Amino acid sequence: MTSIMNDLATYGPMAGILAMAFATYFTRVIGFWLMGHVPVTVRVRRMLETLPGAIVVATVVPLTAKAGPAGLIAVGITMAVMIARRNEFLAVAVGLTTISLLRYFGL
Amino acid sequence: MTTEPHHSAPAPYWSWAGLTEGAWRSTALLPGTIVFSMAFGTIAAQKGLTLTEAVLMNAVVFAGSSQLVAMEVWTNPLTLGSLLSLATITAIVNARFILMGASLRPWLGGLPPWQAYMVLLQNVDANWIVASRYRGEGGSDVSIYLGSGIILWIVWVTAVIPGYLLGAVIKDPSRFGFDMMLPIFFSAMLIPMWRGVKRGIGWGIAGVVALAAWYLIPGYWFIVIGAVVGSIAGGFIDDE
Repeated sequence: MTSIMNDLATYGPMAGILAMAFATYFTRVIGFWLMGHVPVTVRVRRMLETLPGAIVVATVVPLTAKAGPAGLIAVGITMAVMIARRNEFLAVAVGLTTISLLRYFGL
Repeated sequence: MTTEPHHSAPAPYWSWAGLTEGAWRSTALLPGTIVFSMAFGTIAAQKGLTLTEAVLMNAVVFAGSSQLVAMEVWTNPLTLGSLLSLATITAIVNARFILMGASLRPWLGGLPPWQAYMVLLQNVDANWIVASRYRGEGGSDVSIYLGSGIILWIVWVTAVIPGYLLGAVIKDPSRFGFDMMLPIFFSAMLIPMWRGVKRGIGWGIAGVVALAAWYLIPGYWFIVIGAVVGSIAGGFIDDE
């Protein structure tokens, strides 16, 4: 039955856009909603305090590894600039310049 | 059930000044957002979307990586099956937003629910990290989060137009490191978020697990798996 519906029923691009929008809205609100139903014990509070940095590290490490040595060097230099100057504009500019140069020279 | 407010942080509030401050705090990401949006416009044109549809998708979905991946399964017309796979793939690529929303609970939980849910609808990586860093430094003005999202949304929605009309202007965005924009910005923002070695252990575990997940499991699960395992570990590490 489902396969027949698949063959017969077709939808325009607007339906696809709406499907993607609602799927995205769901991810945007459900975590917040769920945490409203979890008692905030000391452990949960510590988990939530660790969570932002954990998301950042879990994003950065694999994407950097994927970018190879050039990515690793660029991220390392970005963090070094940030530690030294505490200026994310400068850090990001230096990081992007670094990776562009490294790639230009074939690393 | 109510959430206990973030210890010692003041209640969330809104301000006009916060909107511009939030916009300013995400400017380092605007060049990358422009290039990304233009690249998406080019791909959307190749996939047969009209300009209106491409702009509309950017406006209502507003989640770049999931839109790029969705284009790979996009067909015209769409069948029921392809609608379901579009929704599923979009939710999987954006699953990290679930965790981002959870992390904002102690802060936004102090808002009237309709305000919290409205502002969460504009969550993306960039304004979430701007807001988290600001919150980590003790701030409570939710307008920082909203203002950062608004400027990114305006740029994301407008830059798709030249990308769609002109085709690939920048032939290889990775030459300028734009594929590394997000990890570079995230890694910079990690420095002011540092709260000592005890929290850092959970972060380290998140990184190792995410790397393993990236090697072992195809797709976009590595962020969620790494972050969940890392923060659970962090929950079991006692302060002091």
